[in-house]
Amino acid sequence: MDELYALAGGFAVAFTWYNVALMILGITLGVVIGVLPGLGGANGVAILLPLTFSMEPTSAIIMLTSIYWGALFGGAITAILFNIPGEPWSVATTFDGHPMAQRGRADEALVAAFTSSFVGAIFAVALITFLAPVVAKFALRFGPAEFFAVQFLTFASFIGMGRGSPAKTLASMCLGFALACVGLDGVTGSLRMTFGHDELLNGFKFLVAVIGLFGIGEILTSMEDGLKFSGADAKLKMDAVIRTWRQLPKMFFTFLRSCIVGCWMGITPGGATPASFMGYGLAKRFSKNGNNFGKGELEGVVAPETAAHAAGTAALLPMLTLGIPGSPTAAVLLGGLLIWGLQPGPLLFVEQKDFVWGLIASMYLGNVVGLIMVLTCVPLFAAILRVPFSIIAPVIVVICAIGAYTVNNAMFDVWMMLVFGVMGYLFTKLGYPLPPLVLALVLGDQAESSFRQAMLVSQGDVTVFWSNWLSGSIMTLGVILAFWPLVSGLMARFGKSGRTASAA
Amino acid sequence: MRMKTLKTVAARLGLAAGLAALAAPALAWEPTKPVTLIIPAGTGGGADQMARFIQGVIQKHELMSKPLIVVNKGGGAGAEGFLEMKGSAADPHKIIITLSNLFTTPLGTGTPFNWKDMKPVKMMALDQFILWVNANEPYKTAKDYIDAVKAGDDRAFKMGGTGSKQEDQIITVAIEKETGGKKFTYVPYDGGGKVAVQLVGGHVNSSVNNPIEAVAQWRGGQLRPLCIFDKARSTYTNKVTESQSWSDVPTCTESGLPIEYQMLRGIFTTKNATPEQVAYYEGVLKKVMETAEWKEFMEKGAFNQTTMTGAEYEAWLTSAEARHRELMTGAGFVAAAR
Repeated sequence: MDELYALAGGFAVAFTWYNVALMILGITLGVVIGVLPGLGGANGVAILLPLTFSMEPTSAIIMLTSIYWGALFGGAITAILFNIPGEPWSVATTFDGHPMAQRGRADEALVAAFTSSFVGAIFAVALITFLAPVVAKFALRFGPAEFFAVQFLTFASFIGMGRGSPAKTLASMCLGFALACVGLDGVTGSLRMTFGHDELLNGFKFLVAVIGLFGIGEILTSMEDGLKFSGADAKLKMDAVIRTWRQLPKMFFTFLRSCIVGCWMGITPGGATPASFMGYGLAKRFSKNGNNFGKGELEGVVAPETAAHAAGTAALLPMLTLGIPGSPTAAVLLGGLLIWGLQPGPLLFVEQKDFVWGLIASMYLGNVVGLIMVLTCVPLFAAILRVPFSIIAPVIVVICAIGAYTVNNAMFDVWMMLVFGVMGYLFTKLGYPLPPLVLALVLGDQAESSFRQAMLVSQGDVTVFWSNWLSGSIMTLGVILAFWPLVSGLMARFGKSGRTASAA
Repeated sequence: MRMKTLKTVAARLGLAAGLAALAAPALAWEPTKPVTLIIPAGTGGGADQMARFIQGVIQKHELMSKPLIVVNKGGGAGAEGFLEMKGSAADPHKIIITLSNLFTTPLGTGTPFNWKDMKPVKMMALDQFILWVNANEPYKTAKDYIDAVKAGDDRAFKMGGTGSKQEDQIITVAIEKETGGKKFTYVPYDGGGKVAVQLVGGHVNSSVNNPIEAVAQWRGGQLRPLCIFDKARSTYTNKVTESQSWSDVPTCTESGLPIEYQMLRGIFTTKNATPEQVAYYEGVLKKVMETAEWKEFMEKGAFNQTTMTGAEYEAWLTSAEARHRELMTGAGFVAAAR
């Protein structure tokens, strides 16, 4: 148990008043950054990075990682209250979180989101504490073929989750793929589908699309519904925490599944956003209440939040042990490490014991502090819904516009956000599901480049995906999941011929 | 007493020299609003690290009267950032840090842009490239490796690199001229750190990573540097691993691979900037480069500390552009201008 001994030493480093004060400051900033769409964790950390150059490296990283924890917690708040994901990884939280808020259960959804974020993070930190070297070695096995297998699995676990017809789901997903293609093609280094417009060089950024599709789309729908938030008249009860916590133990397997998915995606490194989608997709597939997902199931909030936070935390592991960032925020932190004179990589755990264990201890502490802070604020967050729509709606539109602008510092994106907003409204009216489009937009180009890298390596041989047990088993699992709705539908038809409607 | 007088004199002299150096340009122009430092690349890469480092040093030592804001504009292989510089020719409150995409992006994507659309301020350093292989491979020298490539099947060896039609692939094409017609399979990834890890994992056979991207794996005994693409060996003699320093890495030319390539880390401002404005930025950057932090940063990344300004810098840019055009035309990477 060398790790426990080292961890105790780490707590001694991290647990000083100065560091705890920095932690509280960092989490507060992080929650604010998380709430504002567009101003992501990566931007927030990058802006504050220069402030930390004069600090001790350990104190500096404690503050910056606390911003990261805060952003992970904070992303859920606007996702639940206003259907606006503050961060990319809270998109899946809107699917059930916002319907819960509309039914007057915003406080429960918030408590569940925060608690499951905490569970996911602690699970991932424990993994880092005890298995860091083993896990780091495992991550090295991931080449292009393995990456594509994981991305394929994400898509597969998500198929059939739209409430609309399968044809509409497919159409929506294809539109997402098409939008993901715009901009620079990383494999050939040429521009695609920009039609000579310099504004399109950057492609369609996921966040701009999401802010428009969900945020502005939701405002448009609410305006039609009579200028009010449904759920606003819900009574605020102070027992939300206890009430919600009582429902959580029976979701043990959802927690466990999402923790594993999250850690896996964080390490490989797939990132928190795909992890949240995969966690949600799998929970919908395997939960007893799967059919109610999307209408306001507590489990539909728990699954993506646990996975996202587990992935976000686990993403720091490859950064420390391999020097590759598992997420954009980790990439900025990596730059910070270099500037503080620390070289991430295989030797960091050997040469910088104080720093590494201080950081790991601060991950435990930071998440405990963060959970307490956000839970005490739940009534405050939920009370925002009581502000009249006519006051809060313009505020939301302004925040959305700032968010869209911040992504690339481009006015063009604000116009794009409005276009996406109208599109989101029309999609909802016509019964086209939005999640497949969003998923294709966020994962489409990654999956495409992994696929093409794998094809380059294998010189065009598709069997490369089954060339070793790792990618082979992930791909096979993906294929099974992709066709599962069809198989289970057929089984039902031959069995009782009762549930054919859910086939395909 | 005498000591004190000497010190005072020295201090006065220093002050006077400083004032003399500052007086003309600094009094002539100061920024009147926050200055934006554009990074034509994403967060976390080499240019991003250097830009944020410069920002940190300027802030810590209060080298500028107005804040310096760093923004990433990496769309279209950096075209987004360069086009913004071109479009704000009249705004001297914008500066940009460059990497090789200053030359490769306009050539490779046909984006209507040239370095002459900006005003060169200062070459901060040149970033090195090193040929790396996995430490488990038998190749001890660049010659061993090239011989193996020559003996193997065409495209049997995989070279990992950052991006496509950019510096890493240009070097790969240059190496292919020395392999007797045998080509590499070039696999583009989206970041240098990722390339180094893919090489450790054995998914590619070699890479031309910058020193800073692969130093951790070298120290960890996972990667082996074969040669450095510079005309002379690195000047850093402090031990990086237990037995070797950067200066122990032979040049590629001395290993029988006559290729030199370095990447510009330079600062530009907008085209219509006056000489006073250029001089102001030059002065600030000069002070950045005098700090101990900068020297430490240079050593960590094994940078070539060549620095240039003015006409010398422009001449360097002209020849570097011609060389990129030649290399990229030879490789068939040049897109039709639009």
